[in-house]
Amino acid sequence: MAEPKIQNSSPVGESTPRIDAREKVTGAAIYTDDLQFGNALLYARIKRSPHPHALIKKIDVTKAKALPGVKAVVTGENFPGYIGLYLQDRYIFCRDRARYVGDPVAGVAAVSEEIAQKALDLIEVQYEALEPVLDPEAGILPDAPILHPDLGKYVVAGFIYPKAGTNISNHFKLRKGNVEEAWEKCAAVIERSYRIPHIQHVPIEPHIAIAKVDERGEVTMWTSSQSPFAQRNLIAQSLGISQSEMRVISPAVGGGFGGKAGVSMESLAVAIAMKVKGHPVKLRLTREEEFFTAFVRQGLVAHFKMGCDKNGKLLAMENRFYWDGGAYTEYGVNIARAAGYSCTGPYEVPNIKGDSYCVYTNHPVGGPMRGFGMPEMHAGLEQCMDELAHQIGMDAVEFRKLNCLKTDSILATGGKIHPIGLEDCIQKVANAVDWGRKSAASAPASRKRRGKGIAAMWKAPAMPPNAGSSAWVELAEDGKVNVGIGGQDIGQGAFTISAQVAAATLGVPYEWVRVAAPVDTRYSPYEWQTVASRLTWSMGNAIVNAAKDVRKQILDLAAEAWDESPDELNIVNGVVISYKSEKEAPLKNLVIYGLPNPDGRGWKGGPIIGRGNFMPKDVTGLDAETGQGEHGVVHYTTGAQAVELEVDLDTGRIEILKGVAAFDVGKAINPELVKAQMEGGLVQGISSALLEHLQLKDGYPKNASLVDYRIATSSDIPREMQSIIVEVAQDDGPWGARGIGEHSMVPTIPAIANAIYDAVGVRLEGPPFTAEKVYLAMLDAGIVK
Amino acid sequence: MTFHKINVTINDELEQIIVPSNMTLMQMLRESLALTGTKNGCSAGECGACTVLLNGEPVNSCMVLAAECNGAKILTVEGLARDKQLDPVQDALIQTGGVQCGFCTPGILISSRALLNRNPSPTEEEVREALVGNLCRCTGYVRIIESVMKAAEMKPHQI
Repeated sequence: MAEPKIQNSSPVGESTPRIDAREKVTGAAIYTDDLQFGNALLYARIKRSPHPHALIKKIDVTKAKALPGVKAVVTGENFPGYIGLYLQDRYIFCRDRARYVGDPVAGVAAVSEEIAQKALDLIEVQYEALEPVLDPEAGILPDAPILHPDLGKYVVAGFIYPKAGTNISNHFKLRKGNVEEAWEKCAAVIERSYRIPHIQHVPIEPHIAIAKVDERGEVTMWTSSQSPFAQRNLIAQSLGISQSEMRVISPAVGGGFGGKAGVSMESLAVAIAMKVKGHPVKLRLTREEEFFTAFVRQGLVAHFKMGCDKNGKLLAMENRFYWDGGAYTEYGVNIARAAGYSCTGPYEVPNIKGDSYCVYTNHPVGGPMRGFGMPEMHAGLEQCMDELAHQIGMDAVEFRKLNCLKTDSILATGGKIHPIGLEDCIQKVANAVDWGRKSAASAPASRKRRGKGIAAMWKAPAMPPNAGSSAWVELAEDGKVNVGIGGQDIGQGAFTISAQVAAATLGVPYEWVRVAAPVDTRYSPYEWQTVASRLTWSMGNAIVNAAKDVRKQILDLAAEAWDESPDELNIVNGVVISYKSEKEAPLKNLVIYGLPNPDGRGWKGGPIIGRGNFMPKDVTGLDAETGQGEHGVVHYTTGAQAVELEVDLDTGRIEILKGVAAFDVGKAINPELVKAQMEGGLVQGISSALLEHLQLKDGYPKNASLVDYRIATSSDIPREMQSIIVEVAQDDGPWGARGIGEHSMVPTIPAIANAIYDAVGVRLEGPPFTAEKVYLAMLDAGIVK
Repeated sequence: MTFHKINVTINDELEQIIVPSNMTLMQMLRESLALTGTKNGCSAGECGACTVLLNGEPVNSCMVLAAECNGAKILTVEGLARDKQLDPVQDALIQTGGVQCGFCTPGILISSRALLNRNPSPTEEEVREALVGNLCRCTGYVRIIESVMKAAEMKPHQI
């Protein structure tokens, strides 16, 4: 067999430059608010409940309707359908009652935002305030006000278990072994409780949706979206139309972090647009609205009890989670579930009692945020691990290495874990901060103390067992490639790795591949959602399948034309080559017009299009009583972070000196993009650990602005950051890849908490570890006077 | 509502435009002139996504009234590249991988350009300081800071 003349260097594993970088740095990238609609565009504003819990007695819209420039005013009366992803528990606009401050009560479309805003003031609403539920543990008490009396009648996914007649919208149970007997065998047991407050995604681009309904009743929506297909699905169902009658187009997305998944404010724009047929209606959230009227990260009250034997081997865990799910928990119920089946953290524990409750409260709506329950859960769990290690006299790193999951370890839900590099991740971050060696002592008179902390994590994509991906691949007359996908680039680089994967499978240079963006449900192939860190794995597989389909068609065509076997052919750098005869044909010569038959009778082949799809395989359910199942999730991404920090004894202020992360991503399709996720996640984690808290007092958001809700700026990042890629292949991932987008934010809070303890010997009930809280804790503990 | 006729130079082009008194510079750029590169993140001067150069100084354009800009020179992200040749701050940001969702990027680039204009060889500390008014949620700032240091080493536009 002849040697191939051209070397094919596969772009997989290369840090190719982002496919969309140039348009973003020149200001040419189009985001939803950049779209031009001309004079037909109307602007919407929403009238919202000022009460956390109230009956709506009467709404009078007459004065608002009469204001010149107002084209429509709508209320819940017009929209009787429920909407929701895992649990259909909310209306598009409130009908009989409002359940959180900000709950939409009416909507206005007008010729300008100013006039629409004026019209809101003219809408008169009579409320009867009701007693609110402000805490999830209060929400489950027998005399708590019931926020959803019809809970038992709501349409619900088969794996979510609401308790009718209560405020519990989901209860996930994990039962394994016998914890009561196990406590007796433990040499050390600790019990701790943590409160993790609400935070918000704070994408730099707030939520926005522009909807237009034509005279046939068909809907088009332009929106900054992680989930065009899911949004179409949910909104269509709620309005009683068919999915094909609704089209969703998502231009560039200015940050999502989970907040632009599912449906939050998008249904409002569509509902209002139905009243002004033919006009596009733009609804954009103000920054203030962004903080509490779309999705927030739900709060958590967590109780941990864990014990180990004298050698440090974990014997039992009894963990209870009460999720402050907010007014509607149609998405939050799955967060509670995911935390339930993950409640041990990435460790092998033979005896487990886990209960994870999603509870209705009169707080903003909890939805998916980077980590999907894992950051909130690990925040307390990884501190307990440190404390237990300390109690048994073991080093925190050795304790974790002893107990962490390794290839074939038994999972909390039964079944075995696939090959993973978690122990390697733990060791690598420990090495990177020189673990075991005390931090360089500050000068004796120094008013600063240094400490080191570590935390490990795991997370599986939390999605239904039939969450599907699909892709098409086509070629143009010049031989260049177009890839159709339904997944979104929300900054993580999905479009870039799509091009890499397609190029590598097909045998063309990376630069030849374009991604058919923006995602448009009319033309793009179906993708469940851009969430769960699932795209590289799931959509990547679909693209591989589509590109393989194209490759096969091309090679079959060339093989027939050259009278050779396709096995002797290859595509290298965009050229079909034969290893046997050394014949060559550039792709552009055959991918549209085919090849002529040698006898002069016509042509064979034609325009080539390939298709592929992918769906998770063999995902079993989890038993409703025990949470056990042979293959409950598709896979886990695991990893660890370590930090070294300094505490100022006079102010309580924390400075992160060094932050290190190591994650087992299976295969880094684009190493620099993977590292970029690790860096961004670490900083968002630091921000959530030190700065962020959506303050809710009696149900009222108190700090819904970027002045009062501070996020990390360029001055808040560690002096030194290191990102380490570990690769233990995922057998069913493209080139062995699995996800990373969320995981990089998961262990940061406890790594910092553990380092604070190492530095000054205090632990707090929960983040944020603000200077004030740290100082007062040190004062309380007598560390400062 | 009063209207004002203003002359303003944007990216080296003179515009004569009539603006209402309450229109911000950001709104004028985005809505009247369809220069949508400048982004609206908060309309309250807190995020920096709307940063432009006003007579050479970086400002939050959502906090400046269009009517105040009579006779002013404005630089927006669309004006950074010259004849398809990118400004070093743009080039460097692509190279270091400091772009993710891209929404903060125009504001970051303008702030970076402003810094290098007044301080051609900044220290890393000075870069952090200069960018403190530009919020980014995706990147963690590392590669952005690196890109400004890198841009400082690169040749500026050939004029």
